[in-house]
Amino acid sequence: MMDLVLTKNFTTPNAYQVEVYEKTGGYQSLRKAFGMKPTEVIEEVKKSGLRGRGGAGFPAGMKWGFVPQNTGKPIYLCINADESEPGTFKDRAILEKDPHRLIEGSILCSYAIGCHTAYLYIRGEFDLPRRRLEEAIQEAYQKGYLGKNILGAGYNLDLYLHRGAGAYICGEETALLESLEGKRGYPRIKPPFPAVQGLFGCPTVINNVETLSALPYIIERGAEAYKKIGTEKSPGTKLFSVCGPVKKPGVYEVPLGLPLRTLLREQAGGLQDGKVLKAVVPGGSSVPVLTAQEVEQVNLDYESLQAAGSLLGSGGFIVIDEGYCMVRALTNLAHFYSHESCGQCSPCREGTGWSYQILKRMEAGRGEERDIDLLLDIGRKMSGATICVLADALAMPIASYIAKFRHEFEYHVREKKCLFP
Amino acid sequence: MSLQFSETSEQRIEETLKRYPTKQAALLPVFWIAQEQFGWISQETIELIARRLDLSPAHIYGVATFYTMLLKKPAGKYHLQVCRTLPCALMGCDSLIGYLKERLGIEEGETTDDKKFTLTTVECLASCGTGPAMMVNEKYYENLTCERAEEILKELK
Repeated sequence: MMDLVLTKNFTTPNAYQVEVYEKTGGYQSLRKAFGMKPTEVIEEVKKSGLRGRGGAGFPAGMKWGFVPQNTGKPIYLCINADESEPGTFKDRAILEKDPHRLIEGSILCSYAIGCHTAYLYIRGEFDLPRRRLEEAIQEAYQKGYLGKNILGAGYNLDLYLHRGAGAYICGEETALLESLEGKRGYPRIKPPFPAVQGLFGCPTVINNVETLSALPYIIERGAEAYKKIGTEKSPGTKLFSVCGPVKKPGVYEVPLGLPLRTLLREQAGGLQDGKVLKAVVPGGSSVPVLTAQEVEQVNLDYESLQAAGSLLGSGGFIVIDEGYCMVRALTNLAHFYSHESCGQCSPCREGTGWSYQILKRMEAGRGEERDIDLLLDIGRKMSGATICVLADALAMPIASYIAKFRHEFEYHVREKKCLFP
Repeated sequence: MSLQFSETSEQRIEETLKRYPTKQAALLPVFWIAQEQFGWISQETIELIARRLDLSPAHIYGVATFYTMLLKKPAGKYHLQVCRTLPCALMGCDSLIGYLKERLGIEEGETTDDKKFTLTTVECLASCGTGPAMMVNEKYYENLTCERAEEILKELK
């Protein structure tokens, strides 16, 4: 039986309250960490092989190692709880059900990188998670896990909640920094990377909720225990959120490397009665789509999905059945990305909007023959041509939906109607 | 008399300012405090925040227009924000939106004449496994059907 790293408290009633969390062994890792040097904590996380769970998959310990310790400036931690990628609702589960695990992980990270002020950036829409976190932070202060001289170890940390106001792009780490500084959420050009010049021009680490929530287990049980789960290059567990017409949509913690079909059939219960699988978007809406046939061959780890031409991303699964039109699906996504483009880079601002207009026209039966290739061309010109990857986040679906379901696009153009009335 | 922050709002702003090394960083929290007090972000509110945080009204206007949750016009007593993104679309949000438009007699972005309901469609609410979903003011309603939406409308007095 696999150790549950992230969800062991999900079935414990009221685990969001500090007393219940403590009874499950919560906050024990802090005592162990405070007996280690910060560099030893970083080393342990490096050894665990934990990779950032926000989407990019960059090794967490390595990211922390980039923070210079001798600048004389404060070092900040920004906790990215701005989950907004369609299909992804895993962080929300942690925030609502086990907020103290995130706080404990944030303290561990802060101690390791020498941070004394951390900001938790939460998406504006998350009302219940915000209230749970507000309470949990207050409880953590009262219990001496936050504030001055934490557990008598001589270490100080303040943790503040910062509420976003409705902008998907603010989940991009540099846009998050801009937003926190009281500006429009425009991504920054990198370098300089946030580790060197981040929030208020100071060294900053930005980590996702799920990444930080894995830390109490890693510190308490050790890197070796964590590495025993998952694959060699993708160690540990991952939260996958599954949505669409399946019998049991929800958030599941599984070891990395699990066959995708197992997640789909065993955890999510397979498709609803009468539905047949057509496609799966495996890592949040921005990654290339997989056909039903590809789904049979792919494992859930960074390498396997990349080899299949897609990405693990945030682990947000969108299941699409045979009765749903791929032109319609792509039109919906194009609307999302054009709406959420910050507008800073022309290829993204114009490309996402133009793609949406073409797709909307095609969807309404007014597509022209040249539109399919035009869409591909726009996608190619958006890709890699902008400050952040929001343009790629639409370019990848455009290329993969058309490559794998071109006949549906051609039918729309030729017959001036949808295959699926 | 020009617009003023209430005593409670002013106390909250003071507390908020202590959390950041710059006044500007308190802008989003102050927007939320202002929206809670005034209901929406008017030009007068922008000028008030500008004075309070020593920022230019132009900067504040620019930020306010970037974020969808900062209301640039007053909403009804109940702001229905229905998710329209792919996972909710796969589960039938289009018929839900159609139902609400017909039932309330308004289009997206409009408010009923009695100022009770505003209907907006929004991008992903992170309720993908429990779609279709909508947010009414700050509360989430999930796994919606037209029948359930009707019950909710009746519950909202």
